[in-house]
Amino acid sequence: MKDIKVLGTGCANCKATIALIEQVAKARQVEVKVEKVEELREIMGYGVMSTPGVVIDGKVVHAGGIPGRDKIEQWLAA
Amino acid sequence: MNEAALHWPQRNPRVFLLVATVLWFGLYQTLQPASEALVAAMPVARDSHLGGALQFFLYDTPKVLMLLAGIVFVMGMVNSYFTPERTRALLAGRTEGVANAMAASLGVVTPFCSCSAVPLFIGFVQAGVPLGVTFSFLIAAPMVNEVALTLLFGLFGWKIALLYLGLGLSIAVVAGWVIGRLKMEAYLEDWVRDMPRVQAIAADVRMPLSERIGAGFASVRDIVGRVWPYILAGIAIGAAIHGYVPEAFMASIMGKDAWWSVPLAVVIGIPMYTNAAGVIPIVQALLAKGAALGTVLAFMMSVIALSLPEMVILRKVLKFRLIATFIGVVATGILIVGYVFNLVL
Repeated sequence: MKDIKVLGTGCANCKATIALIEQVAKARQVEVKVEKVEELREIMGYGVMSTPGVVIDGKVVHAGGIPGRDKIEQWLAA
Repeated sequence: MNEAALHWPQRNPRVFLLVATVLWFGLYQTLQPASEALVAAMPVARDSHLGGALQFFLYDTPKVLMLLAGIVFVMGMVNSYFTPERTRALLAGRTEGVANAMAASLGVVTPFCSCSAVPLFIGFVQAGVPLGVTFSFLIAAPMVNEVALTLLFGLFGWKIALLYLGLGLSIAVVAGWVIGRLKMEAYLEDWVRDMPRVQAIAADVRMPLSERIGAGFASVRDIVGRVWPYILAGIAIGAAIHGYVPEAFMASIMGKDAWWSVPLAVVIGIPMYTNAAGVIPIVQALLAKGAALGTVLAFMMSVIALSLPEMVILRKVLKFRLIATFIGVVATGILIVGYVFNLVL
């Protein structure tokens, strides 16, 4: 199971990112745990400057803007 | 065939850009005659109020939307060269002065979403970008952007767009410099000051031209998809006024002679929160009703650059005094711009 964290202060893009990840995971039948990180201190701890950021199993894979569908599929496939 | 057309920008990016540019200009040239032809085909007299309003609407709507799509596309590609990480690396460790001007200019070309303002702020400070320089960036990024400039250019002409660009950048540079001189580092929230320093390193991401084109399309979808209703509303208001005799309704309240109109415009603008596109219909209506240009520009800058929700988020990282200083310095800058405009024009 993949542990996914979405970093963001609660803007529309962050919500869209979470929805998209869950959608792709469901379509590909990958088990994921998606968690929203809204605490600024924690977000900064990952060294991310532009939100939304995506962290998979403790590693930052994306920062700034809603990730593309193909990108998410790559993360889930790996 | 369809498949081939879809993959064309990927395979032949240069040819695609060339053809797209030629097509864009060609189409743009036909807008004026096309709008006249459309009105002529309608059962209204061209020289009537309604005819004038219709022609204005039918010409301005596709014109502004095409301008916006074109410029947002180009800026989407330009943005892909200026990631926030790269901008930070360019600014880290510089002394104030020239760096303020650099920061303000980078604020225009670095992709920026207002919800990223605070993480960006901390990230800059953490990497040793001076506080005043960080503020120059933070003021310019939302205020001077391609959407605001394109709309001003499309609706009011290049002079007003250029003035807005120059004055917006000046406010960002000077306000940032002033905040830097006030030495307010102590008014960052303690946890921000205590954060470990980081090195500003920007990974050199090589992106093929085809991917930059993709980024251009993505920002057109995102931005134009979001702002077109405001633009339509703005042009509709413009058209309604265009066809009919403009009243000097606002002239007494927001005209040149009312000295208190500029501060009033700034104060009204602060709690209002909208983007550059959202404020355009209001600007259009105010100008047409005889409000002075400086007053209207001051209002627009205040709405975009100073917003209450942003202050609430900034409060998590700045102590009250620094926020108050920030508002005070920027509002003063906008005020001066408004007065100078009204005086000169």
